[in-house]
Amino acid sequence: MPHVIKMKRVTKTYRMGDMSVQALRGIDLEVERGEFLAIMGPSGSGKSTLMNLLGCLDKPTSGEYFLDDVNVSGLSKNEYAGIRNEKIGFVFQTYNLLPRTSALENVELPLFYDRTGRIKNPKQAAVEALARVGLGDRLHHEPSQLSGGEQQRVAIARALVNQPAIVLADEPTGNLDTRVSIDVMSVFQELNQEGITVVLVTHEPDIAVYTNRIVKIRDGIIRQSTAVLKPGNAKKDLEAYRDPVEDELEKAGQ
Amino acid sequence: MMLLKNLLKAAVRSILRNRLRSLLTALGIIIGVSAVIIMVAIGQGSEAQIEQQISALGTNVIIVFPGASRMHGVSRGAGTKNRLTVNNVKELKKECTLISAISPVVRAGAQVIGGGNNWNTSIEGVSTDYFTIRNWTCKYGRLFSDKDIRANKKVALLGNTVAQELFPGENPTGERIRIRNVPFTVIGVLQVKGQNAFGRDQDDVILAPYTTVLHRLKGGRYINMMIASSVSMDQIDAAQQQMTAVLREAHRLAPGEPDDFRIRNQAEITQAASQTSRVMTLLLGAVAGVSLIVGGIGIMNIMLVSVTERTREIGIRLSVGARSSDVLIQFLAEAVVLSLIGGTIGILLSFSVAFLMNQFTDLYTLINPGIVVLAVLFSGAVGVFFGYFPARKAANLNPIDALRYE
Ligand SMILES: Nc1ncnc2c1ncn2[C@@H]1O[C@H](COP(=O)(O)OP(=O)(O)OP(=O)(O)O)[C@@H](O)[C@H]1O
Ligand SMILES: [Mg+2]
Repeated sequence: MPHVIKMKRVTKTYRMGDMSVQALRGIDLEVERGEFLAIMGPSGSGKSTLMNLLGCLDKPTSGEYFLDDVNVSGLSKNEYAGIRNEKIGFVFQTYNLLPRTSALENVELPLFYDRTGRIKNPKQAAVEALARVGLGDRLHHEPSQLSGGEQQRVAIARALVNQPAIVLADEPTGNLDTRVSIDVMSVFQELNQEGITVVLVTHEPDIAVYTNRIVKIRDGIIRQSTAVLKPGNAKKDLEAYRDPVEDELEKAGQ
Repeated sequence: MMLLKNLLKAAVRSILRNRLRSLLTALGIIIGVSAVIIMVAIGQGSEAQIEQQISALGTNVIIVFPGASRMHGVSRGAGTKNRLTVNNVKELKKECTLISAISPVVRAGAQVIGGGNNWNTSIEGVSTDYFTIRNWTCKYGRLFSDKDIRANKKVALLGNTVAQELFPGENPTGERIRIRNVPFTVIGVLQVKGQNAFGRDQDDVILAPYTTVLHRLKGGRYINMMIASSVSMDQIDAAQQQMTAVLREAHRLAPGEPDDFRIRNQAEITQAASQTSRVMTLLLGAVAGVSLIVGGIGIMNIMLVSVTERTREIGIRLSVGARSSDVLIQFLAEAVVLSLIGGTIGILLSFSVAFLMNQFTDLYTLINPGIVVLAVLFSGAVGVFFGYFPARKAANLNPIDALRYE
């Protein structure tokens, strides 16, 4: 099976007392190995809910979910933790780094809980992951000493360090300005070109153009799936990028 | 195992990362542990000290004072004169089968001159039994003998303080001293005894044969008190009754007439003293208990306050693949390490405070190993309990709920 992800009729209902919200109403989704997928949709449409299920951070109410050929639907809590540790790298909108902890230690964190012994030298793996996201010179910086973009790079490095089958990112550029967003996208693009499957959520079409396929979701159902015919090149765009405010200032100065 | 090592490493890192919080948590334990240890050490120290001082009084001691006995705070026989004599002592010694030794004590305060110095001290005229009763031995020289007493010998035994004042750094045996201008020969120096139960320096004394003191220094027939030993601790009350009967007869007191002397035994004194010190230990224990609780509440507060931040941290750990049990082990290790550190510092602190108190204050402290263990176990349990339960709640959350926790 070439599919890294295969979801069949997955639903998710949140219960709060006697109220219940059906956030997902039957998702069928397949993601091939090496794909770079963007999930888009209006606020409250269920994107984060879907990502959390994909990332095994939460369990679906019904339906089947195959991740890397493993049916994870019926797994125990500890097995879920194992799947998260082995097969998934998750990037959050709010970075979710441990405060007062160096970039290196943050990236090392998933390897702390590695029960497979796949990665022989955790520290070296963490250094390499940080180098891959261009932070080879920021190993000992703590989150408070890093810019938002840099913190998100640390989070991406942490998502990479366990050599996951898939990297999931829920609005990874949601807290970043345009230039830094493109910068972060260039990191994802590079990783994808190296063969890593990436699924990300974004609101911004400008960001989605750097992926290969866009899935649109509304009211908990996938409405549309379109291939991006000519994906942008984030690295090039970044070089050509001109800050509108700077432009204005420059014009005013002349 | 690699994973366990990692969890411990995570625990230590987390302690170092949250220095202030760790410090405050440990502080709660430090205060709790050291307060309990010190308080109980003071209580038990003073108890032990009083016991020791009372036993330093001598063995199975019965003391007879002149004057009316007091009962219910009312003096019965006001104006009773001192009628204790040396003859009474001799009679008691002959008649009372339950006492093993008895000595008169004739006291005279005097200026003593010797070795070019002078010193004001108390001269006590006693018999040889006195040495047995009060466990006096010699540091230098010899004790005086019954022969010295019969011969009214002008010999003196110096208490250590007196010896130091008159002949600093010397062995004064054989030296001459003058007590109220009467020349005496120093035949020895008494072993150091230190303070008694009432804070008096027991070494600031000169012992001499009671005959000599009575005839040369004091004059008259009456003695200041008698001190006796019963044959055993069990017989001390019976011995006291025997002595009372003999003395009443000697003083020709009619039945119903009040005693013209007071008689006390060591058991009574011990009981009274240890009663007060037990009350004090109890009081101190209560204070310590309160500080332990306050320390515990401090720990609890800090643990609960940090739950928000920790829940996010737990969410992060869970999201990268930690199991609930991994998180719990880490937090447990953290609480245990903090409690151990706090407990150790608490012990060290209390030991040094106890040491300093013994060195520089009048308070004597005695550290009770059982209390040390108890205090550490209790505060450790508090630390672990309050570190563990908030963490357990958080560790059982969905990773996503833990991350979202506010
Ligand atoms: N933990 C929860 N408990 C109850 N309802 C929830 C919970 N999480 C999400 N929901 C509801 O589920 C629906 C989908 O939420 P979700 O967060 O997946 O939306 P989203 O597409 O990510 O939105 P946004 O673009 O604003 O992030 C919403 O109606 C939301 O209120
Ligand atoms: Mg969302």
